[in-house]
Amino acid sequence: MNDFFRLESLVMQFGGLTAVKDFSLSIEPGELVGLIGPNGAGKTTVFNMITGFLTPTSGRVLWQGEDITGLSVHQITARGIARTFQNIRLFSDMTVLENVMVSFHHKVRSRFWKAMLGLPSHGKEERRIRQESYRFLQELNLGHLADEKAGNLAYGQQRRLEIARALATYPKLLLLDEPAAGMNPQETMELADLVLEIRQKHALTIFLIEHDMKFVMGLCERIKVLDYGISIAEGTPEEIQSNPDVIKAYLGEPKHA
Amino acid sequence: MTWKGKDMDTSKRNLYCNLAALCLLAVVLYLFDQYGTEYQIRILNNMAVFITLAVSYNLVNGMCGLLHLGPNAFITIGAYTSALLTMSPMEKQMSFIIEPLIWPFSVLQAPFFVSLIAGGVMATIFAFIISFPVFRVRGDYLAIVTLGFGEVIRVLCNALQGVTNGPLGLKGLQPYTNLWWSWGIAVFTIIVITKLVNSSYGRAMKAIREDEIAAKAMGVDPFRHLMLAFLVSAFFCGVAGGLMAHLITTISPTLFTFFLTFNLLIIIVVGGLGSTTGAVIGAALFAWGGEALRVVESPMNFGAFTIPGIPGMRMVLFSVILMVVIIFARRGIMGRNEFSWNWLFTKLGLNAK
Repeated sequence: MNDFFRLESLVMQFGGLTAVKDFSLSIEPGELVGLIGPNGAGKTTVFNMITGFLTPTSGRVLWQGEDITGLSVHQITARGIARTFQNIRLFSDMTVLENVMVSFHHKVRSRFWKAMLGLPSHGKEERRIRQESYRFLQELNLGHLADEKAGNLAYGQQRRLEIARALATYPKLLLLDEPAAGMNPQETMELADLVLEIRQKHALTIFLIEHDMKFVMGLCERIKVLDYGISIAEGTPEEIQSNPDVIKAYLGEPKHA
Repeated sequence: MTWKGKDMDTSKRNLYCNLAALCLLAVVLYLFDQYGTEYQIRILNNMAVFITLAVSYNLVNGMCGLLHLGPNAFITIGAYTSALLTMSPMEKQMSFIIEPLIWPFSVLQAPFFVSLIAGGVMATIFAFIISFPVFRVRGDYLAIVTLGFGEVIRVLCNALQGVTNGPLGLKGLQPYTNLWWSWGIAVFTIIVITKLVNSSYGRAMKAIREDEIAAKAMGVDPFRHLMLAFLVSAFFCGVAGGLMAHLITTISPTLFTFFLTFNLLIIIVVGGLGSTTGAVIGAALFAWGGEALRVVESPMNFGAFTIPGIPGMRMVLFSVILMVVIIFARRGIMGRNEFSWNWLFTKLGLNAK
């Protein structure tokens, strides 16, 4: 058992429907773990419970020795867990640079009245945020688009901006919800490289949901499989590929003649 | 090119331009103050009060994307607080004939500036109290809650005779509001709110407007930031209420109905929701246009036929203009764009690129 990140028998019920049942998982620092499962298996629900969008019916989320179950979303982000969204959620009417700058806000030290009076200390902080945000954009090859409205970006660029924005909160654990959704094979390959690169550079632990099996199997060190809210398998990509339960969940049982 | 370099190049020039614009405004105001007719001065005062109101109202509706329909409540609170403070105890005793004014208002008296601040602070206190129920809901529900609050305050003004003198209102206030006060406060409001909007706090507010879920995931606390916008807006609405009271010199509950909120909403929608520049333009057009259009209500002679003066014709024309703006500029005159010196210099071809 480690103290870094642990989910203890999470249960999420919506009325009579049990979306996730008894979900436990422990992730070591620096690991790259995948969460897969058919549509509606409850993968995003797990993410929502970790990030505070949903409060689990029972169970605990432990993060660096602290029980963060039931904290608000922004408090959890401030503790170093960032996420991206399955359906892209950018601040479309703001510029690309501003999108990233928002992520710095939870660490802003000058009070609002200093901002309103335009005191130098706030101006200094603003300039620092601008510089650092720009660095994140450059890192994700978006530097030349800094002044563009986020809503005008191409699809792949929007996905990258979501990652840049999440990175700018300086997380230790990054949750990626279907990062490769809607990408062509070429883009997916580039994304896999990018994920490895940012993990290396920012000393990240990554937990991701993805449907693209080639992507998941090639990238993740460990995979967890959910089906109808129940975790049916956990192991290395090789173990998962040959697991009969997983094959059954994805393809159904062979019909007897 | 780094960001710092680009900022430094233009920031000095912009500062000078801002100062020059302020000086120009001061000269214009001085000329009107000296040589303008009472009517012109009145329009200019009105304009400034509406600019203050529209800019602060726009902070909540435009920047945070909330449909807040209760600014009339804060204007009322500001107006009454400020009026009660500038009236002398003697005057108050004479005005409150049905029920005497309750202590401590009956003995307190303060200079005009202090009374304005007190009006703003009082409005902020009320805003703080109602922000807890208000921000539990969003969208249409928030509109209804704030609308209800506006009505509650208006009804209270009628009923609490010991504080507001009921439907009789407060009469004979000193006309303290002059061009310097009204425009000084308008300029201050514009500066402070622009600074706030362009700061990290303003970005957080816009992020909430764009996508509240994503904003939360990026570490922004929606409640805190919406409340901040709401309180700042209420403060300036309260101050503007004080200005309004000492401009009109007579206040009564009928002055602060939902119609006032409705006018403000029209101003910021026509100007462009989410644009401070738009709010200023909208307010200026509203205050000036409302008067300029009075021409159409007087009898007109077109040689062959004569049109008798039709009262209310002004409002018909006003509605037509509104519709034209909404049809041809759906996001208002400015959209979400702001005026900037960079933009002006680029237009004039003076920007070294």
